[in-house]
Amino acid sequence: METFDLLAQGLLSALQVHNLIYALIGVTLGTAVGVLPGIGPALTVALLLPVTYKLDPAGSLIMFAGIYYGGMYGGSTTSILLNTPGESASIVTALEGNKMARQGRGGPALATAAIGSFVAGLLATLGLAFIAPFVVKFALSFGPWDYFALMVLAFVTVSAAFGDSALRGLTALFIGLGLGLIGIDLQTGQTRLAFNVMDLLDGIEVTTLAVALFAIGETLKTASDRDQANTEVTAVKGSVWMTLEDWKRSWASWLRGTFIGFPIGAMPAGGADVASFLSYSTEKTFSKKPEEFGNGAIEGVAGPEAANNASAAGTLVPLLTLGLPTTATAAIMLAGFQQFGLQPGPLLFANNAPLVWALIASLLVANFMLLVLNLPLIGLWVKLLTIPKHWLYAGILTFATLGTLGANGAMSMGFGPVRISFELVLLLAFGILGYLLRRFGYPIAPVVVGLILGPMAEQQLRRALAISQGEIGVLISSPISITLYVAAIIAVGVPLILRLRGQGGVLRQLATDED
Amino acid sequence: MTTGSSSRERRPDGAALIIAAILAGLAVIIFWQTSQMRLPPLQQRVGPTVFPYVIASGLILLAIGTVISAMRGSFPERSKDNYAPIFWIVGGLIGQILLLSTAGFSIGTGVLFACTARAFGRGPLWQTFAIGTAFSFAVWFVFAKGLQLSLPAGVLERLLTTGTPF
Repeated sequence: METFDLLAQGLLSALQVHNLIYALIGVTLGTAVGVLPGIGPALTVALLLPVTYKLDPAGSLIMFAGIYYGGMYGGSTTSILLNTPGESASIVTALEGNKMARQGRGGPALATAAIGSFVAGLLATLGLAFIAPFVVKFALSFGPWDYFALMVLAFVTVSAAFGDSALRGLTALFIGLGLGLIGIDLQTGQTRLAFNVMDLLDGIEVTTLAVALFAIGETLKTASDRDQANTEVTAVKGSVWMTLEDWKRSWASWLRGTFIGFPIGAMPAGGADVASFLSYSTEKTFSKKPEEFGNGAIEGVAGPEAANNASAAGTLVPLLTLGLPTTATAAIMLAGFQQFGLQPGPLLFANNAPLVWALIASLLVANFMLLVLNLPLIGLWVKLLTIPKHWLYAGILTFATLGTLGANGAMSMGFGPVRISFELVLLLAFGILGYLLRRFGYPIAPVVVGLILGPMAEQQLRRALAISQGEIGVLISSPISITLYVAAIIAVGVPLILRLRGQGGVLRQLATDED
Repeated sequence: MTTGSSSRERRPDGAALIIAAILAGLAVIIFWQTSQMRLPPLQQRVGPTVFPYVIASGLILLAIGTVISAMRGSFPERSKDNYAPIFWIVGGLIGQILLLSTAGFSIGTGVLFACTARAFGRGPLWQTFAIGTAFSFAVWFVFAKGLQLSLPAGVLERLLTTGTPF
């Protein structure tokens, strides 16, 4: 099999010392930011982009993928020990995990989360390796109208399908799309919405927007929210090892979680949080001891944790094969590819095969590293949770402004001797936007995805219309595009009906938040 | 500012109406700016104005939807937020933006650091400012000297790396 050869070659490349070091840095940082409340993988990758500008592309991308995987592992630690999830995909883990920790079973909870994440990560990465070549073959036949339909589907699933309000999801998406208009139009050289500001000609940087919405917006919300209870860390008592019964109850949940999470990430049908929630309800149905749910059932930790890792790997399928980001982290990783002049999509597999396969293989390596980092070294990560909030958020803002200045340090505005960095002014403005979005219950991810995917969708739309000489019917001329539009309509329609029938509560739980 | 999920008898949600107005305002700006673009005849059919018009129209529809939602009071309940910490953090960011070019990265970011810590209730300012400046200098040193990132240097950075303040 060809895939085996490519994967084996990728593995050889991934096992080179410098790539191992990048992977190790990635998973370590990823675990740390996953554990810390207030920072997630999307923000971390965004902050690292300017630093990696001059580094090796393969190594940097391996590091970013490590951060993404690590973030999924680390998030579970916070959920279990603190009851405040470090990232949105771990909200469900907190339900059972924190209960287990309070009963002194924090160790086994952490272990089943880590081993479940490992099993899921391994299977899902292999799934990625074997599915990707087929998707690529299929995608090579896509016309611009098919790509446009695909992006419309992604817009819909990211913004409208989940969350408690399609209106607010779509509003967030359109804010992102609107920001994406700013700057010089690449096809005609026309300037749009730049208001004669030189700094706006290149458009809004995805990283600046992401750092502002995630770091500044989150800090403002946390600082101002009176309801933010001072949560206590539950100490890990007893052994971290699982008993024989724990293993028996966990293994099937890990596999079920993987099979739920991977397709959801790959389809693009939503983020890891959707997968983990669905897995939780599945486990509740399958469990032999459903009465334990709500009081610390180990299946309720094992399943969702496997699901969120599998879905993170699944997300890489549309990202690598189609260039389609479906989560905020994937959107930032796409910006990372573009920074190195690489455009994810079917052609990436043809033109940069060694890089792609090294990246996929390194995910397998990263997974082993994460298992080691998260089981024997768990005590180290727990210490991170004891950092007081005032130092944590002051540090986050220091790095947020540092990363923004590093990406664009130009001080082009000002008066007299005082020069002002326009990028930081944008950071502040978008930070306030991020606070307002959080305050009024708008999701964040659609804004970021809209900004990066909007110009790409426009390009495909205009390409399609140029081929058809302005005939709009071309958009629904192929069976693929028609299928995708039908899927998009179902993705909006079904939740709408559920909401009207008063079952919105389930969807609210599925609200896509940050990563 | 009343909110509630199913309470039709309450007053319309004022904040939501403001959001609707902002969305409509954005749409008007996009319409106006796009209509000002001068296009050579060849580009006019599927040119750079199509997409902006589509998005502006979408924003208008969303503004209408938001008004309806505000009237029905279907926005989620909002937490009672403290505004003082927000002013501290925003003030810290503005302070940093203004200080960077003259005072350099460490002092400017030290101000941001101290204001943020203050927003979370940690003082006194002189102490957190000193800690923040020292921390920022260490970060500046690693990233500007070690990783060649272009970060603004000021008196403090020059004094500590070259020995002279100039």
